[in-house]
Amino acid sequence: MIIPPSSRRKSKYTLRSVPEAGDRVATSAMIASLDAEGRDTIAAPFGHALVDLAKTREDIVGLSADLSKYTDLHIFAEAHPDRFYQMGMAEALLMSAAAGLAREGFVPFATTYAVFAARRAYDFIAMAIAEENLPVKICCALPGLTTGYGPSHQATEDLAIMRGMPNLTVLDPCDAVEIDQATRAIADTPGPVYMRLLRGNVPNVLGEYGYKFELGRAQMIHEGSDVLIISSGFMTMRALDAAKALASDGVSCAILHSPTIKPLDADTICSEAAKGGRLVVTAENHSIIGGLGEAVAGALMRAQVHVPFRQIALPDEFLDAGALPTLHDQYGITVEQIAARIKSWLEA
Amino acid sequence: MQNRRETSGSNVSLAQRAWAIRRYALQMAEVQGQGYIGQALGVADMLATSYFHAMDYRPDDPEWEGRDRFYLSIGHYAIALYAALIEAGILPEDEIETYGMDDSRMPMSGMAAYTPGMEITGGSLGQGLGIAVGAALGLKRKSSKSFVYNMLSDGELGEGSTWEAVMSAVQWKLDNLIAIVDFNNQQADGPTLEALATPAEAPKWAAFGWYAQEVDGNDLAALVEAFDNARNHPDPQPRAIICHTKMCKGIPFLEARESTHFIRVEADEWAKAIAILDEDKPL
Repeated sequence: MIIPPSSRRKSKYTLRSVPEAGDRVATSAMIASLDAEGRDTIAAPFGHALVDLAKTREDIVGLSADLSKYTDLHIFAEAHPDRFYQMGMAEALLMSAAAGLAREGFVPFATTYAVFAARRAYDFIAMAIAEENLPVKICCALPGLTTGYGPSHQATEDLAIMRGMPNLTVLDPCDAVEIDQATRAIADTPGPVYMRLLRGNVPNVLGEYGYKFELGRAQMIHEGSDVLIISSGFMTMRALDAAKALASDGVSCAILHSPTIKPLDADTICSEAAKGGRLVVTAENHSIIGGLGEAVAGALMRAQVHVPFRQIALPDEFLDAGALPTLHDQYGITVEQIAARIKSWLEA
Repeated sequence: MQNRRETSGSNVSLAQRAWAIRRYALQMAEVQGQGYIGQALGVADMLATSYFHAMDYRPDDPEWEGRDRFYLSIGHYAIALYAALIEAGILPEDEIETYGMDDSRMPMSGMAAYTPGMEITGGSLGQGLGIAVGAALGLKRKSSKSFVYNMLSDGELGEGSTWEAVMSAVQWKLDNLIAIVDFNNQQADGPTLEALATPAEAPKWAAFGWYAQEVDGNDLAALVEAFDNARNHPDPQPRAIICHTKMCKGIPFLEARESTHFIRVEADEWAKAIAILDEDKPL
């Protein structure tokens, strides 16, 4: 029996309502920046950090698979045209060629979208780069739910995929300050790295905390006594804002920022969780499967740290297309949703 | 064109080199009682031409910066490359006994971390030419005169990523890249020509912008000429040599087998195969 396609797949072809002109929310396109949410922004922190690094590091080269403009690598390409390699719309080649350049002593920064690196080029990253521990830095835009384009561009499972790869360091930086610092740090790291990127005008979140990125370290950004939020990526920004909202309700939240997903700073995470008396909540811009939350859960279980634990993450689904604010609300990762969910867990 | 082998005054002929490569490969296969010996016997002439005519390298310093790079995409052909590396003096002959054994430096599928002279980790087919593109770019950045040779198989031409690399090599005018394709028309499930390869591979590569030649991969004189042409070709484009080889070349009773991708040979047949080879030792 042949099953008709329409019954195999849930249909999204249902018109909900046509909003009034003033209420319309535009789809956040690929080139849009993440909303700064009341903060100042810094333009293209990755591209500018790389240009700065390249001044003293002759070995740094850049490659992209037709997405230099959308990963901020074009800033580097304009500053150092002879050190930029356009590999065309060919992600397998992008990773293999980066491996070849690394074999010859260069430190290649290879950029594309997170979906294409994680899904399409995985075997090439594994065998051409990671198995030989070559210093290729894979820096990818559109991590998690940072575009309204739908599942083709939403890398909701990239961390799960990349965490499974031996030798690979996996980073999910929060903001412009951290992207700048992390770019410099990974250039000095011997092995391969996968780093999620925010591009365009990127919020400055951690500047006011005097934060300094350290590879492999989770750092306490904000102390608190009722809840311990362990977060990465822009969810640390959201968690900080949710903590402010909860403080006005008398709930005190600690924010432990863990930008290094692998190797996870299990020591800091476990010792903070083991202090006790706090609900442990992980917050990530990623599927509930295989990202920061499950990495933290595994670390706690292995260390026999048994504490109340909740996870804020994207559902294990192919997500909808739409405007980002709508989608972030729909999937529970806005400041208001984070605060509301934590309150409900505390009250339960 | 610099050529260490030609200027080193060796009086060992290429035919003798190819013979030795076949013999070492048979000895290794005997250790395991099975293996990709059909491919090894088939590419022995290509390897002899690469290592004893075309390439520049230092046997006592396999990572010498000035060497030509030899990238073996097809990890399962490692048995053939080990044989060539032994003949070249990069690997010691007495390690033959360890082939495919625990803790051996010569695993069944070639990996860079295990073996001196094994430049890349092959085995996941369709990666070698892309890595070679990157290395060729890197060598140009360093103003190096070295070539990158990538040995790939006809079955590997089915991998889309191979063609990404084919296009990029033209775009970047990689005249320091030489692809050598072992076309034996035999992949795991049957004839390559019944899968994705075509009888017109050289015209296909030429249409992409490569300087492409097609030769009998078991004819040493033809191989020498093709490798010389590839190295000396004046235009800024990558070079391909499609080498038509015969699986199990040199051992008639193995050549006659229908399925030769991964062959099993009875214990007593190894000695027979080596005896056949020894009868035909080139002078």
